Amino acid sequence: MSALLEVTHLSRRFGGVHAVSDLSFSVDEGEILGVIGPNGAGKSTLFNLINGVVPPDAGRIVFDGVDITGEPPYAVARRGIARAHQIMQPLLGLTVLENCMVGACFGRENMSLADARAAAREVAQSVGLGDRVDTLAGALTTAGKKRLEMARALSARPRLLLLDEVLAGLNPTEIAHMIETIRGIRRSGITILMIEHVMRAIMSLSDRIVVLNLGRKLAEGRPREIAENPDVIKAYLGDSKLLAAVEAAP
Amino acid sequence: MNETVSQAVAKAAAARPQHALGEELLRQLRRPFPWLVVAFTLLCGFVPYLTDDVGLRESLLLAAVYVTLASNLNLMIGFAGYVNFGNIVFFGLGGYIGVYLATSWHVNLVAASLAAGVLVGFLAYLFGLGILRLRGAFFALATIGVNEAVRAFVTNFEPWGGATGIYLSMDAYAPLGGPMAGLWICYFLLVAVMGLSLLLAYAIKTSKFGLGLLAIGQNEDAAAVLGVPTPLYKAIIYSVSGFFPAVAGSLYFFKSGIIEPTSAFDLTASIESIVMLMLGGAQTITGPVIGAFLYEELRGYLLVSQTFSHLQLVLAGALLLLIVLFVPGGFMGWLHTRLPWLRRWLE
Amino acid sequence: MIGILASVIDGVLVGAVYGLAAMGLTLIWGVMNVINLSHGAIIVLGMFVVYFLTSATGASAYLGVPLVLALGFAAGVVIYWVSVNRVIGQPILMSLLATFALNMVIIGLGTAAWTTSPYNVPVSLPGITVRGYTFTGTHIMAAIIAVVIAAALYLFLRYTRPGKAIRAVAGNRDAAELNGIPTRQVLSMAFGLGVALACVSGALIATLFPFTVLSGGSYQLKSFVVTVLGGLGNPAGALMGGIALGVVEGLATPFTPVSWTPIIEFGLFVITLIAFPRGIFAFSRA
Repeated sequence: MSALLEVTHLSRRFGGVHAVSDLSFSVDEGEILGVIGPNGAGKSTLFNLINGVVPPDAGRIVFDGVDITGEPPYAVARRGIARAHQIMQPLLGLTVLENCMVGACFGRENMSLADARAAAREVAQSVGLGDRVDTLAGALTTAGKKRLEMARALSARPRLLLLDEVLAGLNPTEIAHMIETIRGIRRSGITILMIEHVMRAIMSLSDRIVVLNLGRKLAEGRPREIAENPDVIKAYLGDSKLLAAVEAAP
Repeated sequence: MNETVSQAVAKAAAARPQHALGEELLRQLRRPFPWLVVAFTLLCGFVPYLTDDVGLRESLLLAAVYVTLASNLNLMIGFAGYVNFGNIVFFGLGGYIGVYLATSWHVNLVAASLAAGVLVGFLAYLFGLGILRLRGAFFALATIGVNEAVRAFVTNFEPWGGATGIYLSMDAYAPLGGPMAGLWICYFLLVAVMGLSLLLAYAIKTSKFGLGLLAIGQNEDAAAVLGVPTPLYKAIIYSVSGFFPAVAGSLYFFKSGIIEPTSAFDLTASIESIVMLMLGGAQTITGPVIGAFLYEELRGYLLVSQTFSHLQLVLAGALLLLIVLFVPGGFMGWLHTRLPWLRRWLE
Repeated sequence: MIGILASVIDGVLVGAVYGLAAMGLTLIWGVMNVINLSHGAIIVLGMFVVYFLTSATGASAYLGVPLVLALGFAAGVVIYWVSVNRVIGQPILMSLLATFALNMVIIGLGTAAWTTSPYNVPVSLPGITVRGYTFTGTHIMAAIIAVVIAAALYLFLRYTRPGKAIRAVAGNRDAAELNGIPTRQVLSMAFGLGVALACVSGALIATLFPFTVLSGGSYQLKSFVVTVLGGLGNPAGALMGGIALGVVEGLATPFTPVSWTPIIEFGLFVITLIAFPRGIFAFSRA
């Protein structure tokens, strides 16, 4: 399997803080790559760099063989990278259907309005918002908004999906449901790069994991190796969730 | 879930063959609203003519100008979410270009007005590339600056009469068949421009471009991440929003017989179009129509009333404040929430 | 050469007052992300208050400064609750229109009450003459008062409880709320403070130049220029930006006609925005 996304020597500073330093890794097509790390490790900045919200100071980002370093967000979206954000940004004055249509119309597929309408309806249905397609996004519950965030990203039929802490704030049942959804997304051929703090979930979902700390790559490998890695354990020292996940990892 | 998401999307795409632009347009033409707009426009045009009511014609002419301004302003404010405080610059500049072409170069009125529209649209595109990088209030202030800068330029531009402006002599109306006929022709053209503006707004709102604009208006950064090419769309809509006001300006000032900098670039008129838009309901197509008519009624009453005549600005401001605080959707917004079925008929 | 230097020094003095005016604007903007388009109108109100004060009582204009501060604060709090509170958190378009509407109301009432004739607040204060160039006493006094008030604002925000509450709300409103700070009250206080600063700067400007009810527009533009020079929400930057603007004016006035000043300032505004979006004097905040 070839690398769909290759990140090499990526760096970005904000003022005096090195948010991301000399970061290199790759994501193979069809895999689920998890990104974990303590708070402030640079995970969200990494996503911002990949989808063009923030340009890097140094380094390259190659997607499907094309150098997309420094391209603006809308160009990156056209290439087939979609993102579900940690801090949800629904288009509040538009309906669920319209939100998804935006994704479908302006993403990789570049659909016409009619096609986008149909695609959006199907995607909304599949994440459980089928009964609320005409509700204004602003009127949804928090859980509903999270599903919308996901649906909107999927409506573009991306090749790479960036999931930014989509499990945050969900109860165990919702988490289990979301895990199944994510597995389903991968089965349909979409590559997934996900940031997550819910250790149990990311350990069981990911094919491989990259651990960031203070903007640098601390470790990379299969979940089992990561869980037993002394540097990783040290970085999370005191984090009971990781230790519990280590014990519970398959 | 008994089928994966992507399978669902693929199924949906396969079920509907790719629709050409033409099919989508036909679909829109089957809806009642565009025909209502056409009917309304024809009504405005013919009623004063058939009744030979000059007073009605004059007040409808003013209304048509207001509707044109408010409706095209809606493209920026209601759709893209960018407040264009200096929108009157399109009207004034279009007026100057059109009148100048018609008088000094003896171009026929329609061609001159269209040329004015195209030129202003082009200039707007150029200016837009610069100032549309600014957000929020900065953009709003920049548009005022553009208006003031253009006014300062025109005031010093001798070929356009400088501070005194351009006066039209009676023979300027000769190609139209004399002043009386000229007034009627200008009226019909202005009503047509109003109708076209409304149809344009409707066409945009129901198009993919319009969806992208609405997304920008809701959250520009989120729209960019979703793939909407924000800088291009903003520049296009700013340019487009100047076309019909420029054409209207050319027709209006030609009909008035005089154009000079102070009234051509009057910031108060700019503000009033914003009030009209908010009053009637931004983002809707009928909103500007309702708002323009309501405001014109109100203004007419105020100008006559002794107590209120110099409080015009105060009342407009108070009205705007009340709308923003309590009824931000304006009249049409309120109507749509009360009577949802109305959306099909009055967009 | 010395003539230009004198012009520049005078620019620094007047610039301090511009900085004070801008402080009101940038405070409100930084704390609650509201761009007060009635800023100019409020400056004008400050001018008229000091005018009526001096013409009615014959007292020195400078005695009116504390009164204007107090009245401005009270007015600001009222304006906040009446027209601003409801648009907090809504799309920026709403607060732009709300404050703009307020501007129309104030200017409209002002024009009706006071017409557009010029007014003047006569102040006789001895100046300082150096090498044949006189720096007018009013300019010096206004600059001193501006700096004093700016310093007081700095101390207030830094060391007092309400000041710290304002900074907390400006930094992260939700966190402040969770910490038990009554955010709406704090916002109204910040707004009142911003209006007070605008009013008092108007009072000082009234001692420097003649004014009309329509003068607000040009001072509002200057405040915007200063705000973008100094960086949003940065009162110290506003003072420096104000002085910078004063210096630019001082350099420009010997050479260019007065009617060009707004165009120069507007150009500076747009260029700064495009080239230095965080402000020239913005201290980097991580």
